[in-house]
Amino acid sequence: MIKKLMACIREYKRPTLLTFLFIVGEVIIECLIPFITANLVNQMKADMEMKTLLTIGISLVVMALVSLCCGGLAGYTSAKASAGFAKNLRHDLFDKIQNFSFQNIDKFSSSSLVTRLTTDVSNVQMSYMMLIRTAIRSPLMFIFSIIMAYIMGGALATTFVVVIPVLAVGLILVTRKAMPAFRSVFKKYDKLNESIEENVRAMRVVKGFAREDYEIQKFGKAAGDICADFTKAERIVAFNNPLMQACLYFNMLFVLTIGSKLVIESMGASLDVGQISSMLTYGMQILMSLMMISMIYVMVTMSFESMKRIDEVLSEQSSLVSPAEAVTEVKDGSIDFNGVSFKYSEKADRYALSDIDLHIRSGMTVGIIGGTGSSKSSLVQLIPRLYDASEGSVLVGGVDVKKYDLVTLRDSVAMVLQKNLLFSGTIEENLRWGNENATDEEIYEACKLAQADEFISTLPNGYDTYIEQGGTNVSGGQKQRLCIARALLKKPKILILDDSTSAVDTKTDALIRKGFADFIPETTKIIIAQRISSVQNADLIIIMNNGTIADMGSHDELMRTSEIYREIFEEQTHGGADDETDE
Amino acid sequence: MKQMNENQMKKGGALTRTIRMLFKAYPVLVPLTALCIVFAAVVAALPAIFQQQVIADIETWYQTGDWASASAVILPKIVILAVLYVLSLLAILCYTQLMAYITQGFLDKMRCTMFEKMQKLPIKYFDTHKHGDIMSYYTNDIDSLRQLISQALPTLLQSAVLLVCVFCIMIYYSVWLTLVVLIGVVAMLFVSRKVGSGSTKYFIRQQTSVGKTEGFVQEMMNGQKVIKVFNHEDHCRADFQKINEQLFEDNFRANAYANILGPIIQNIGNVLYVVIAVTGGMLLLAKAPNPGVSSLIAGGVGVLTIDVIVPFLNMSKQFTGNVNQISQQINSIAMAIAGAERIFSLIDEAPEADSGYVTLVNAEIDGQGNVAETERHTGHWAWKHPHHDGTLTYTPLQGDVVMDDVDFAYQPGKTILHGITLYAKPGQKVAFVGATGAGKTTITNLINRFYDIEDGKIRYDGININKIHKSDLRRSLGLVLQDTNLFTGTVMENIRYGKLDATDAECIDAAKLAGADDFITRLPEGYNTLLTNNGENLSQGQRQLIAIARAAVADPPVMILDEATSSIDTRTEQIVQRGMDKLMEGRTVFVIAHRLSTVKNSNVIMVLEHGRIIERGSHEELIAKKGQYYQLYTGAFELE
Repeated sequence: MIKKLMACIREYKRPTLLTFLFIVGEVIIECLIPFITANLVNQMKADMEMKTLLTIGISLVVMALVSLCCGGLAGYTSAKASAGFAKNLRHDLFDKIQNFSFQNIDKFSSSSLVTRLTTDVSNVQMSYMMLIRTAIRSPLMFIFSIIMAYIMGGALATTFVVVIPVLAVGLILVTRKAMPAFRSVFKKYDKLNESIEENVRAMRVVKGFAREDYEIQKFGKAAGDICADFTKAERIVAFNNPLMQACLYFNMLFVLTIGSKLVIESMGASLDVGQISSMLTYGMQILMSLMMISMIYVMVTMSFESMKRIDEVLSEQSSLVSPAEAVTEVKDGSIDFNGVSFKYSEKADRYALSDIDLHIRSGMTVGIIGGTGSSKSSLVQLIPRLYDASEGSVLVGGVDVKKYDLVTLRDSVAMVLQKNLLFSGTIEENLRWGNENATDEEIYEACKLAQADEFISTLPNGYDTYIEQGGTNVSGGQKQRLCIARALLKKPKILILDDSTSAVDTKTDALIRKGFADFIPETTKIIIAQRISSVQNADLIIIMNNGTIADMGSHDELMRTSEIYREIFEEQTHGGADDETDE
Repeated sequence: MKQMNENQMKKGGALTRTIRMLFKAYPVLVPLTALCIVFAAVVAALPAIFQQQVIADIETWYQTGDWASASAVILPKIVILAVLYVLSLLAILCYTQLMAYITQGFLDKMRCTMFEKMQKLPIKYFDTHKHGDIMSYYTNDIDSLRQLISQALPTLLQSAVLLVCVFCIMIYYSVWLTLVVLIGVVAMLFVSRKVGSGSTKYFIRQQTSVGKTEGFVQEMMNGQKVIKVFNHEDHCRADFQKINEQLFEDNFRANAYANILGPIIQNIGNVLYVVIAVTGGMLLLAKAPNPGVSSLIAGGVGVLTIDVIVPFLNMSKQFTGNVNQISQQINSIAMAIAGAERIFSLIDEAPEADSGYVTLVNAEIDGQGNVAETERHTGHWAWKHPHHDGTLTYTPLQGDVVMDDVDFAYQPGKTILHGITLYAKPGQKVAFVGATGAGKTTITNLINRFYDIEDGKIRYDGININKIHKSDLRRSLGLVLQDTNLFTGTVMENIRYGKLDATDAECIDAAKLAGADDFITRLPEGYNTLLTNNGENLSQGQRQLIAIARAAVADPPVMILDEATSSIDTRTEQIVQRGMDKLMEGRTVFVIAHRLSTVKNSNVIMVLEHGRIIERGSHEELIAKKGQYYQLYTGAFELE
């Protein structure tokens, strides 16, 4: 997993390595500075000359400048490396998701994909920056400082034999205890935020049932629960600071006591005053670097979950790919289902479709009706190979869909999905999804055919009207008509409307179908509908029931032979149906 | 309360208001924590003095080599230091624990305050604010507050106290050297302002970029299937590339600025260290007079000695270290202020007004039709109506709704409903028919007061609905909406939402009534099946059935069905229809439906166009009239 993520560093390896380099420089100087200042202090004490003082001073200033350069550059390169790494991660994720098949998309919910692309990536970015800035720095600092402390302090350095293990063990204990607590509370926290989102979405229901107080109470309880958990976890981590301070203080006392004893007993021979103050500085550095190491450890482990989630997407294999020697032309709009069975996932125990045999000639109009859950959508989704049939084969233009290049196939099979969407942008931009290079004339024609032109021209900005995200500023019926126009612009050989006129009034619905018959007779049209009037005139009407074809035939045939069809017809027409339609 | 909030807003910015709220939330603990922090900071500044003294002692004694006599002087000082350290450790232990407790507790309070406020906001607020924006109050903005309270504020306090203490000690020892330190500090402040403002600028840009990226990604992820169907993947990649590149730029710059600030300040500190050493050395060599509080106390101006310079050098380190600490908090404070402002904008939003005083109570109705209030649940309800003269009247809840010449506008000046008048007697079914945008849903939203009317009157059981307590009004109205929203929880819990004290049996009966029982029992765990993410594993129709059951269990005298069966196929609808008919029996029902079949048997059908009722009457009457309804009903024939 780590390897896979690391591969995304790519062109930002250079700034990463440079960061390491600069940091090594910075650390070396930072460790040298106390050494030299100790020297300075002792020189001063020895009543040295002004010249020596200045030489040491200047060399110290130079060192500070070098350290400044190193530190600044490391800050710069590490920001670049981590921001670049994040950019590559986002790029790869997005790229991968674009390659997802419908089956892959079903597996990840869209909101979870959004989290992966945003929050998770920035978590990884932050810990990457922390890591490259401190992963080298802290251990180096730790080692250098210990070495310097021994060189300078000699016997005094024994204090670290006590302090370091105490601090290390303490930090490990705290981290060990806090981590699982945090992990579980973060999960709960996500759930809480989900429930807030749910509440916001359902505000009309909440208010409609006057359940505000109930919701407040429910939220208060969940939030209080999380607060308690958070507090518990935070309180464990809060021990880090006093622990660290205790070690520092101990070090201070030890150095002062033993140090002064040593200085006086040896009359300054084995230790001098300058060394005492350097020992204090090194002590600080050693303990700080230990602290930093534990912080990185926590941060990196915390971002582990994020890494895992990113990796899940990157490792996901698209379940549908174009074959090697793909067919790049669809001959005509004929469709054949040969003994097709289908289930959404291998683990599913129920087939969504079973034993479908169906043959549609090019240019036919086919209507599909059936109850909710009768797998109408599943059936048509196999045609543009949005899913692969589990058994049997689906042929378009006489060729197995698995043999086509996916782009070719999907350009020839236009599908208006049941859950359709417009994107933020002008109406024209949305329509051009169907054909980027469409002329204004073509766009106008498609909209006329989809009965959309009329309402578009009444809009103040016409085709330049801006559609809000999700198409919230057009009505359901208008949205559906725009979606049909968008699909028509592809000039497909097969056009599939999956319940795409449900919000369009019956009159317009009939006009759309009439337009299809008049203007695109050679296109195979498949219409899924609830209203019998929408399919009544089709060349072939298929009645789906429980994933199988219950009956099939023309309206007249079905009226004679199919009990279900007659029943539906009766219900919708005489039982008080909205209308009967005929062209 | 509201008044006070406004005052608070006027008195100070978001930061002071946050701090004031913090004190108000924990009037004892917050000052106690602050006290502990101050104490710890003061103690942290003291070692300099002891160190100086110990070193001075060493200077005095080290020529003798007599540790025994020296220790008598040195050890007591170290013991005092040790005692101070122990006290300081206790203080640190105290405030870190308290901080953890206070931070989380305060955030919890904030969250609850926000949520509580949010429940009380009018529907209009949710129409005009994106859900994503509302959500970020709870995630990003709360998080920035956490940073502020748990990190920035304590660090600031601690560093400020330390700075003051160290400064005093420095003045105590040497005025000249203190001046040198001050010059260094001014340089640091200058640099951190320069770099800091650049950093803040890019941090804000970064926030915008992040928002943009999130918006784009959200839209694309939701439309991923459409993207596939249109082979639009490469376009999306190209668009994303641009956004991603922009985010990278802002991200990189914001972080670079923030990263550079630390080394700069630290190294100014290093240079300062050298300057002090050199200046000290020169003063030492020149045997220059060293004015300082200590020498003044001693009487006369002494000379600078080595035992002053050494601790002074350490103090300068401590001093610059703390300036650095403060400069590191600049960004998080800027972000916290922005976050707090957003949170307060939610909290200060005007709540849904409710001046209703008529309430719904359990009632007992005796043989003569007299109504009396009772604690007990009788199945009968009455409106309790207090009058100006102090008397009370009880009106039995029946479900009689009258709209009298009602006008309505979402925005003042843009009237979208004109002169709506209608009478719905108890038990009647009133249907609204018309094109999208004709105002059907809007009318029903007025009855339950999601929105308030501009002009005219709406009466419920003869009482002006403005006088009725909103939640009681809404309790008396059942609601099934076109967009079904279910909550995370079991199917049973979702049905029970309609009536919180309903027994399992009642819920199941309601489901049976709605025709939902059949499919629910076939779910893997029946009524205990857990629904998540708005019932994602159910079909649209199944979700609508649960929503109908939810309204049914509430058993209200008036029902509003807004396209309640739009996603149920006609065959299933036929089954549901029986349940629906039973559900509607004896109730006043307002129906909005796309399919005219659903509304045919209504007592009265209102045909709406552009916010006006253009036709009304029963199905037969309207057909006979051959007007708009007739056109709609027979639309297809027209085509021929």
